[in-house]
Amino acid sequence: MPPINGLTIAVPRGSLFSGTLDLLAGLGLDTEELRSNDRKLLFEDVGVITMRPSDVPTYVEAGAADLGVTGKDVLLEQAAQVPGEGGREVYELLDLGFGRCTMVLASKAGPDPAHEALRRLGVMRVATKYPRIAARHLEETGRQAEIVEVKGSVELAPLTGMVEAIVDLTATGTTLRENNLIVREEIVVCTARLIANPVSHKLKAAQIDDLLGRLRAAPASVGG
Amino acid sequence: MIHSIPSGTRDVLPDETREVRAITDTLRGVFERHGYGELYTPALEYESVLARSDMAEAQPAYRVFDESGAVLVLRSDMTVPIARVVATRYPTAEPPLRFCYFAHCYRGVQPQRGHPRELLQAGIELIGAPAPQGTAEAITLLCHALDAVELKDYRVGLGDASLFPALMASLNVPEDAKHALLERLVSRDFVGLQAALADSGIGGEAAALLLDVPQRRGGPEVLSDIPTAAHASAMGLRDVHELLEPAVAERVIFDLGLVRNIGYYTGAVFDVYDPELGAPIGGGGRYDELLGRFGRSLPAVGFALKVDRLHIALAGEQRGTGALLLNGAANPTTARGEE
Repeated sequence: MPPINGLTIAVPRGSLFSGTLDLLAGLGLDTEELRSNDRKLLFEDVGVITMRPSDVPTYVEAGAADLGVTGKDVLLEQAAQVPGEGGREVYELLDLGFGRCTMVLASKAGPDPAHEALRRLGVMRVATKYPRIAARHLEETGRQAEIVEVKGSVELAPLTGMVEAIVDLTATGTTLRENNLIVREEIVVCTARLIANPVSHKLKAAQIDDLLGRLRAAPASVGG
Repeated sequence: MIHSIPSGTRDVLPDETREVRAITDTLRGVFERHGYGELYTPALEYESVLARSDMAEAQPAYRVFDESGAVLVLRSDMTVPIARVVATRYPTAEPPLRFCYFAHCYRGVQPQRGHPRELLQAGIELIGAPAPQGTAEAITLLCHALDAVELKDYRVGLGDASLFPALMASLNVPEDAKHALLERLVSRDFVGLQAALADSGIGGEAAALLLDVPQRRGGPEVLSDIPTAAHASAMGLRDVHELLEPAVAERVIFDLGLVRNIGYYTGAVFDVYDPELGAPIGGGGRYDELLGRFGRSLPAVGFALKVDRLHIALAGEQRGTGALLLNGAANPTTARGEE
């Protein structure tokens, strides 16, 4: 089973993995080994490389893969903060529809501790794995914030009193509820996106457009 | 002792210098043969002078004060300094004027992204030669130069910076929506472009065209059924293409979505791609209004190659073929004094 149209595709492991494999299987790719071998990273026979979602733009931008699938949250976090700064040099070609999550601002149930912090101390402390998205959102809504970047379970930060709020991605809200946190604001809805290397987008235009056409025609919930 | 240098800068040692020098010597020979004289300009310029160009992307990133308190900047490209040179040093010279340069330019970087703070550019500017002839001359020279350094698989993506704005104007896109649409296109975000079209209340055929046209790229067939709205820009590209000799013309990929976020580009724009590299090796385009801002209104076109990327692409193409990088390049033993 050869790669689709001779293209190399960066596939994210984690929550978008099975949705991406279903999509590729729908295009006729043999995903059997991808599903069964979770230690292997490089599947040259089928033109697939696997990695964590936040690494997908890095590999695609460098041209190590022609195409990639990753979440809009990852793209937003790596996007330019100010015009002209230069975000990732990749094309965002298609909203794949699956992996739907919401980036939210949440804090402990009851009176919002962020309100009190802003009123009395002038600044709210916010823990997140998405420091750039969080900083942008708080700046755009006119609030002073101290962003605390954490790598693991963000829910812990407000429970210990380290911060007053968190910015995080949630699909069902279950984890937030279990930790007595409630959503105060929805920042942005994120879904899986198909991205392309800018040079591949020109030099392999026909192959990429053919794949795009098949994805758009697919019965799956691909859409804007 | 290890003494660090700023991220995005590096020392270039003799082995690498020898290869880079072979590339730049070859390029210089081609440029000079085509009548492009080499010039140098100062790396430091007055900020107030360069600011006339109103650049968006290549904003100077480094500023210092001189003894008298004037603000100096490190140049971020060579096009603007050469526009200054033409207005100042060639106020009455009969156009066209042809210049080439090999110069370091200075840009801001983002951490951990491999961006160069200092990059060596090799380029030309052709001043006073309007489209399409001037554009065709620049693209022809670009291909001759790349052929001379023996880059094999490169292609030139050719688009027009005025195409999408013209398309928006003729489809009556509201003024306040234009900026948002162009911004999505510049950031290569077609999903965002589609959403912005919907947000602006643009629907039907207009939305379909604004989404479809900038995604068209390929051979001359992409110009064939172009909507009348973008007809003038597309015909401009066809005119350029028809002036190219066959060997150059077949390198061209039309790219109707090619736009620039450097403010001064006005017409045809082009990028150089090689399959060895995930990013363009260089690019250029028309800047027919820039010279006017410096007081000598002349149409102009130019391009700049990023020498380091060209070197990487050449090394990649030659990898495994056993070819020495550029025939004249390597006689390292003598130069190293190991005889």
